[in-house]
Amino acid sequence: MSTILECKNLTKKFGGKNALEAVDLNISRGRIVGLLGPNGSGKTTLIKLCNELLTPTSGEILIGGYHPGIKTKKIVAYLPENTYLNDWMKVSEIINFFKDFYTDFNSEKAFDMLKRLNIDPQDKLKTMSKGTKEKVQLILVMSREAQLYLLDEPIGGVDPAARDYILDTIISNYNENATVILSTHLISDIERILEDIIFIKEGQIVLTKTVDEIRDEEGKSVDALFREVFKC
Amino acid sequence: MPWDLKSDRPIYTQLIEQIELMICSGIYALGTKLPSVRDLAQEAAVNPNTMQKALAKLEEDGLLYTNRTSGRFVTEDADIVKQVKGRLALSQINDFLKKMKNLGFQNKEIISMVENLLESKEDDYHEHNS
Repeated sequence: MSTILECKNLTKKFGGKNALEAVDLNISRGRIVGLLGPNGSGKTTLIKLCNELLTPTSGEILIGGYHPGIKTKKIVAYLPENTYLNDWMKVSEIINFFKDFYTDFNSEKAFDMLKRLNIDPQDKLKTMSKGTKEKVQLILVMSREAQLYLLDEPIGGVDPAARDYILDTIISNYNENATVILSTHLISDIERILEDIIFIKEGQIVLTKTVDEIRDEEGKSVDALFREVFKC
Repeated sequence: MPWDLKSDRPIYTQLIEQIELMICSGIYALGTKLPSVRDLAQEAAVNPNTMQKALAKLEEDGLLYTNRTSGRFVTEDADIVKQVKGRLALSQINDFLKKMKNLGFQNKEIISMVENLLESKEDDYHEHNS
């Protein structure tokens, strides 16, 4: 199986503090991966490094064989933790914007998902609730035919019913060339759809296993193991 | 049939058990075509790779077979299904016996209780139909 994301000895320092420390990772194509860790463990730093929003202090990242840059942005669909869309725009305008921007954007898919979630494409973003904005943003990201989806907390702000729909969308979008990496705290909601688990703690990878390996070896859910590993 | 997956056991083994059950109970009859991996995964809300792995194991066990051009089917061999049925029944009985032993019942008591229960159910059945 070929690799989509590779981190070699990746370190990121903020001042004297190590946000990430000598991270080695190898993620194959066609996986749904959960990046799990408590607040401040380095999840968002790792995702931002993959998107060139931060640059490594040392070590390197390769996505589909390239360092983060123009080439990788064509194949990576990124859902940031904060919104960057213009508030005054209508959803339909944003869709046109994305279509213009990304050659792999599928507007039909976007309009279809909006309809399923009862979002009017003629509504302006600023009239929407926080949760609805998050849905719109996720729809935009999932409407791309990317090779790597990096989703930073994709389900945090949405209601359980919409959460189910989003997970359903991730499964039905699945193709063997694309990998989805998502960071979250809501483990019990998503562990059924995950295949691989990465536990990150204080900037270091402490565990990489498949969900079924964890359940088989530990006799407990990923959620239960998380609570144990990261017990406060 | 809704998929009932527990969170403390591997998803893959639970998928195998539930598909076996669906075949034994006739939801998927002998020789019928199964939905695609993606559809089954979506229905069970699990990762498609996990579903794929479960189906591959069932294929290895002879309960399913793949026709390269037209998809995945339930075996037409009734004996294989019968064997699986026997195995599932045995594990149910073992579970039951274990629980009864925990409650402190002896084999003879268990047998007579089961017989009595079955008899009374049979009476009900005849009354309803007379």
